[in-house]
Amino acid sequence: MNLKAHGYGSIAFVERNFALIKRYFGWELVFLSYNIVNALAIGLIGVYMGKEMVLYLIIGALVWGFLSILFHEISESIAWERWEGTIEYTFMAPISRFVHLIGNCLHAVTYGVIRSTLILMIVIFFFNISIKDANLLGLVIILLVSGLSFVGLGLVAAILPLLSTEKGVYATHIFEAVLLLISGVYYEIDVLPNWIRPLSYISPATYTLRAMRAALLEGAAMKQLLPTILLLVAIGVVLIPLGMLIFREAELYAKRTGKLKRSG
Amino acid sequence: MEHAVKCVGLKKTFTKKKSVTALDQITFSIEQREIFGIVGPNGSGKSTLIRILSTLLIPDEGSAYIFGYDVVRDYAKIRPLINRVSVDAAFFKGISAWENLRYAARLYGLGSREAKERALVILRQLGFSEKRFHEPLEDLSRGMQQKVAIARAFFTSPMLLLLDEPTTGLDPRSKQEVQKYIRTSMSHNGLTILLSTHDMHETEMLCDRVAIIIDGRFAVAGRPQELLHQYNKPNLEEVFLEVTGKAWLEVEDES
Repeated sequence: MNLKAHGYGSIAFVERNFALIKRYFGWELVFLSYNIVNALAIGLIGVYMGKEMVLYLIIGALVWGFLSILFHEISESIAWERWEGTIEYTFMAPISRFVHLIGNCLHAVTYGVIRSTLILMIVIFFFNISIKDANLLGLVIILLVSGLSFVGLGLVAAILPLLSTEKGVYATHIFEAVLLLISGVYYEIDVLPNWIRPLSYISPATYTLRAMRAALLEGAAMKQLLPTILLLVAIGVVLIPLGMLIFREAELYAKRTGKLKRSG
Repeated sequence: MEHAVKCVGLKKTFTKKKSVTALDQITFSIEQREIFGIVGPNGSGKSTLIRILSTLLIPDEGSAYIFGYDVVRDYAKIRPLINRVSVDAAFFKGISAWENLRYAARLYGLGSREAKERALVILRQLGFSEKRFHEPLEDLSRGMQQKVAIARAFFTSPMLLLLDEPTTGLDPRSKQEVQKYIRTSMSHNGLTILLSTHDMHETEMLCDRVAIIIDGRFAVAGRPQELLHQYNKPNLEEVFLEVTGKAWLEVEDES
């Protein structure tokens, strides 16, 4: 297939997933409302604790919202294909697994940016937040590079529903919940018990949140943010090919054991 | 001329609580532009064979080739040449026929406009009401969904079509429309078709050659008329009884 055909291949997933969002738009509104209320409620806890905590907590809510969308959308797109039984048709189509997975990632990033921007605007309006001293360029760069690592994590997690439709989805939710606990989303990782704290160092969200807070609350310069940016790029550069590789191995295993079939 | 399909000693076993041999030493070939039928009860190995040829399953033993390409090693070369219809129309049921077809078209490198034109031509021939094209698939009958599945398989212009019980569960009229479309496509497009079915009559009517499969093995294979002549029987159900020692309806009920 030529480049144009690969382009069509990637667009297929973006277009299909947005068609599904349109179809279940009522649920989208429900989840969006819940996320907005959740961000506002967490911000209000910050108001109660002292004004300097508002932005600290809201960063946690927004960043976690964005990263969990990436993670969730990528792994869930595979789960959905398993539920519907269409995964066999996608797998026998003349597109590479790279195009398939990148197409899903492209949708996840676009969708995550749209949703997170919407929530951010509402939160800024609600709390009348001023971000004039923040390093906004640094903020955007951190968000993008951390997106790479979460795309990688999503790809790794996507093998779970590939191998077991129902149990795989349970496992991805548990994985996501553990990341929420260990990454310092609403607190510094110092408060974690000693035995669990080492896990926080392997979560890319820990570094994302730390750098985002530095850029927004302290207006940290690019020079100060650079080590974290490079670290997040490195995690993404390792995790994305690793995710692809593991997914490929899982696909081979599924094809050897007949796990792709839904029925018939 | 290269065989459209060639299988040599294919074996596939699945292990869950116990080991089940789905295919056992299957060897056969299909000529280009031929309709080859595989008839057998549920669980006889028809779908397993089709999944192997669709590059979705890896055989434990033996080899399978499509237009000379190995299904395990050369899967990327095979995929643009084939398509498949399965017994259950697997779609994103919440979105429309067109949205599902556009998704499939893009995977095969087809542009939106071309895909729509091709799909509508096929669907019209299948008697699919154009008004339903933009309705969610979950609102369509099983027959209509299966017609969309057939359009999805045909509109990518494959050289080999793997039809896995495409008419099972359809009402008589839809069944006739699908069978008529398969016959017409064969005469116009020069396709090769592997058709798995429960329907002996369908096999006799559509297939150039047929194999009866039971417990993962081909019990007999040949041209329908030759088989009838060879066993001196009026229909394939009687041939099935003669070859397997079991009545077709009885085996169907058991499965």
